[in-house]
Amino acid sequence: MSFLLLGLSLIFVLIPLVLSKTLNLGLEKDAVVATIRAIIQLLAVGYILQFVFDAENFFYIFLMVVLIIGAAVQNARKKGVSIKGITWKLIVTFVFIEVLTQGILLGLNITPATAQYIIPISGMVIGNSMVLSILFLNRFTSEIESREAETELILSLGGTPKQAIHRPLISSIQASTIPTIESQKTIGLVQLPGMMSGQIIAGADPLQAVMFQLLIIFLLLTTAVVTSAMLGFLSYPTLFNERMQLLKPDKQ
Amino acid sequence: MTKDAQAAIQFSHVHYQSGETKILNDITGWFPKNHITTLVGPSGAGKTTLFRLCNGLISPDSGEIYIDDQKISSYEPVALRRKVGIALQQAVMVPGTVRKNLALPFELQGEELPEETAKEMIRLVGLDESFLDRNAKDLSGGQRQKVSIARTLVMKPEILLLDEITSSLDRVSQQEIEELIVRINETYQTTIMWITHNLKQALSIGEYTWVMMDGELVETGESSLLKDPQNPRVRTFVKGESE
Ligand SMILES: Nc1ncnc2c1ncn2[C@@H]1O[C@H](COP(=O)(O)OP(=O)(O)O)[C@@H](O)[C@H]1O
Ligand SMILES: [Mg+2]
Repeated sequence: MSFLLLGLSLIFVLIPLVLSKTLNLGLEKDAVVATIRAIIQLLAVGYILQFVFDAENFFYIFLMVVLIIGAAVQNARKKGVSIKGITWKLIVTFVFIEVLTQGILLGLNITPATAQYIIPISGMVIGNSMVLSILFLNRFTSEIESREAETELILSLGGTPKQAIHRPLISSIQASTIPTIESQKTIGLVQLPGMMSGQIIAGADPLQAVMFQLLIIFLLLTTAVVTSAMLGFLSYPTLFNERMQLLKPDKQ
Repeated sequence: MTKDAQAAIQFSHVHYQSGETKILNDITGWFPKNHITTLVGPSGAGKTTLFRLCNGLISPDSGEIYIDDQKISSYEPVALRRKVGIALQQAVMVPGTVRKNLALPFELQGEELPEETAKEMIRLVGLDESFLDRNAKDLSGGQRQKVSIARTLVMKPEILLLDEITSSLDRVSQQEIEELIVRINETYQTTIMWITHNLKQALSIGEYTWVMMDGELVETGESSLLKDPQNPRVRTFVKGESE
């Protein structure tokens, strides 16, 4: 694909802009910003990846993974500002996920230890872990609020913080992982997953593309459950003090 | 207040605030052991906050609370909460049957509630044994309050804090709960503190009374003080409530 052809594809940006204008949807500004950001970010990533692939140096791969994790933390931490030390908890979670998944993939020789595999897979895994963190943190903070009475009831009857937070915690873990599991039930029926479509368009053997997609699906299952559970168990103790009291935002 | 009784709970210059808002201001006073004390005052006076301090759900910003003459901070939190049982204003139920709710304090200790205790408690609060298998969410307001009291009682607390357990109830249920409170006090010699804004209740049930307003303890003594209060603020409050 050439830059000229890519330029032609901007027609697909013009259509919504015109529609937004005529129907007064007010989407113009966001659409333009999103388009420009996508162009700059993806082209930058493309050039960086090309450089890293050519360099074949593990330090650059490491650097890329650090960047991916940094960006993911930056995005997710905004959702967890009410939880003390959320930045570190996210870093620990993402690093753990990365080490766990790459450890298994590389350790068992499922994928080769090259930039071409490590970077995109890390990107997908950490990206998914970030989305899960945001889902989990949103859910957890609202569960804590809506079940505050029950949490305090259990504390008041001599329950420990762990016992008091058990139901909000478990139901947040469940709720945040359900979309991942649900979407994988219909995968391939309703839409072809992005990565697989991309590979097929780029000329890969469909069966190869499917096998890689399955690998990703399995990885994302692990990512989803491990992310929510880990973040949950790292986070709940900060909601209480050493007198086993549920902390209110102004008393934290 | 007559000094022949021992103090179950004693407050010494207790302050509590939330952010910049003062909620309790310099509370000094005591609750006599083995007696029923009522706590009255307009809504927002800080009565619930005072109870939450006694059960250890929150801690004072300054001042000291003594339970049986020992600093509250010297108690291990779980032990404190089982000694000073509280029935919260909203009578929150956990999902499941009444039996499951009654068993909660045992379950939290990793134990099972003996069936005999379940039956004893449900009868004590004036419900029959068939209630044990009912779903807690199908109970009426009064029944929920009774189950909530029974659930706190299964811990056999030495001190029982009851927060406005009758305010949403009809006259008949109110009377049943009043009788129940007297019965608990007589049966187990439990020290009972009872928040109510029904002054008739305070006069007929409690032996002692605390009057709280705007985060302060404005009057304390035998409940009969409510008949003819000397403090002008209390007088205004009593007059307003009995109209
Ligand atoms: N967690 C809290 N944060 C902020 N304000 C609170 C909190 N708890 C209670 N208050 C305020 O403190 C005051 C006393 O409340 P409360 O103890 O519930 O009074 P009462 O039980 O006498 O009606 C009220 O003005 C209430 O709005
Ligand atoms: Mg109250």
